[in-house]
Amino acid sequence: MLEVQLFNTCLAEQFFPAAIEATVKVLEALKLKVRPMRRAFCCGQAPFNEGLRAEALGLARNFLGAALPGMPIVVPSGSCAAMIRNFYRDLLADEPASLKQAAALQPWVFELGQFIVNVMKVKYLGARFDHTVAYHPSCHLARELRAADDTRVLLANVNGLKLVDFRNPEECCGFGGMFAVKFPALSTAMAQDKLERIRESAAELLVANDCGCLMQLGGLSHRNHLGLEVRHVAEVLAAR
Amino acid sequence: MAGSSEFLTVAERAVADLELRRKLENATGRHLNHVAETRAEFPRFDEERETARRIKEESIGRLDELLTALIDRLKANGCKVTVAADAAEAREYIVGLARRRGVRTVVKGKSMTTEEIELNPALTAAGIQPVETDLGEYIVQLRRESPSHIITPAIHLSREDIGRLFAENLGIAYTPEPERLTAAARERLRSIFLNAEMGVTGANFAIAETGTLVLVENEGNGRYSSTWPQTLVVLMGMEKVIPRLADLSHFLEILARTATGQKLTCYTNFIHGPRGADEIDGPEQVHVVILDNGRTRMLADPVLREALYCLRCGACLNVCPVYRRIGGHAYGVPYQGPIGSIVSPVLFGTRAAYLPFASTLCGACREICPVKIDIPRILLHQRWLESGGNHGASIRFPRSISRTRRALTRFARMARHPRRMRLLNRAMALLAWPLERDGYIRRMPGAFRHWTRTRDFRAPRSRR
Repeated sequence: MLEVQLFNTCLAEQFFPAAIEATVKVLEALKLKVRPMRRAFCCGQAPFNEGLRAEALGLARNFLGAALPGMPIVVPSGSCAAMIRNFYRDLLADEPASLKQAAALQPWVFELGQFIVNVMKVKYLGARFDHTVAYHPSCHLARELRAADDTRVLLANVNGLKLVDFRNPEECCGFGGMFAVKFPALSTAMAQDKLERIRESAAELLVANDCGCLMQLGGLSHRNHLGLEVRHVAEVLAAR
Repeated sequence: MAGSSEFLTVAERAVADLELRRKLENATGRHLNHVAETRAEFPRFDEERETARRIKEESIGRLDELLTALIDRLKANGCKVTVAADAAEAREYIVGLARRRGVRTVVKGKSMTTEEIELNPALTAAGIQPVETDLGEYIVQLRRESPSHIITPAIHLSREDIGRLFAENLGIAYTPEPERLTAAARERLRSIFLNAEMGVTGANFAIAETGTLVLVENEGNGRYSSTWPQTLVVLMGMEKVIPRLADLSHFLEILARTATGQKLTCYTNFIHGPRGADEIDGPEQVHVVILDNGRTRMLADPVLREALYCLRCGACLNVCPVYRRIGGHAYGVPYQGPIGSIVSPVLFGTRAAYLPFASTLCGACREICPVKIDIPRILLHQRWLESGGNHGASIRFPRSISRTRRALTRFARMARHPRRMRLLNRAMALLAWPLERDGYIRRMPGAFRHWTRTRDFRAPRSRR
């Protein structure tokens, strides 16, 4: 049986455990043995994005130490996968040993949808979800990993799911990690505009692969009683 | 240090201006549609983009040598050339020249580099009147404002705003019709052009091989400013040099397409030097001021140097979710948006130090950049430098921000111990239990109280 490692990511562990459980379900349904990376908690993206490289380095080393070489690592987040695949190069530039380790690991790291479509070569998971859904392709998934369409295909093939279009889907939701806290009004304005465009589409639910986007858009929707609930993509793909 | 926190306040306030946001969304959206259409009609676009990128890599890689060649050619063509180490040197040279030549009025083609060196206030202080002749620049000058976008200076104004401005300042009846407003400005500017003794323009490209300065524009005001007055000053950043005449077409193919969605700008001016003995028009003197002002510092940094490839097309502003919501004035510097946020800390120091943090790193800017500058990567690099980089001394962050950064540092240390984090997480979930309403918390303490001013916070959950 093919084995994969699952990196939960810190946001999913703290706020979206259901997304992790759903990810395990989806992977197991593909006849994969799932091996959670218990010794890793966070990829280091938040401190890295803030310019706090020493702090990010500690977490990156931690992650590298927890990863087994030569076995796929599935990440239910576009931005964490992008951090490991694209940004570890910059972060670890001055540490030859870690850099080598990261370089060996990079081709094995995949965001969930990217993994299912490109590695497993599966586009239909047999899921059933009777709702009208708007899909938010998160920034790093779309522009760092270029894998936003993988998830779109998987969603479009879910039985009963109606995927709706909305204007300017690829504009950022305004989360941006600490940006959301440092520039609260600006960050909220971005989310507001995004939610307005989604509401025009008559979607009942908003799905995305990144817990940050879900916290941002879900949190604003809840505060303003917009009635638009958020779900992690894995939860939809695991629904029966 | 005040500058850094000032941006925070101004940006947060600008967001509340819904009228401004509507104008920006309309104008930038129109731009982006034009750009998408023209690109779709031009299948070679990506190929040209690659070529242009390679030429920029070469140009910046050989900058020293190309500048020397350029200066030699310019002099051979009869131009007077000065290299200005900083803004003050450039300003003093131009103002001094204007004084010596007895200039009373300077007509200006649109040039962001003159904004960078703050030329207009220096000319005014010397009793010389600078007149902006690009329509957008003319409008913001009438309002005593600075341009709020590097290629669309009056993007923050509606046609009605401009109608009212002209009615008050030009003594015409109010009209919101662009044709009539343009005609009114044109009539005013014509007499100013005829009497101006000096023209000042920028340059989009400087060709080392031939000593040709290339200026693209849409209104003919750049051509008028560079050909009619007796003295012409061309102010250019030193990164504008390209090796060969044959390189130019690759840039012209992508520049207007990305900037405005045109195939080509209406005017492409080639400036070679002063009027020859056998020529009937053109300036008597052409002075070229080549500006450093921090560019060699960018050149010396292997990550920052990529910012020198910029063509100043302005597309990254149009696509930036931050710029689109606050406009250019909030940035407090002449170069705004993503490109402004990476070059301004080098050009303007502390007052721009916080700009690299004002981004979600969404990457839309890199996607649209005609020379594929990896802006998010440079923003990250700047953040690292501002946080102390290799040498440990960071900028002074506003208090709310440094508190957030300390919290993040604590988190990063704890997160190295996953088992402890999971226990802590379970405790947090229990503690938060009484506070939550259907999975959300309405008020958070500490750094997250900024979050819950406008949004509910997802309640922590632990796994079974």
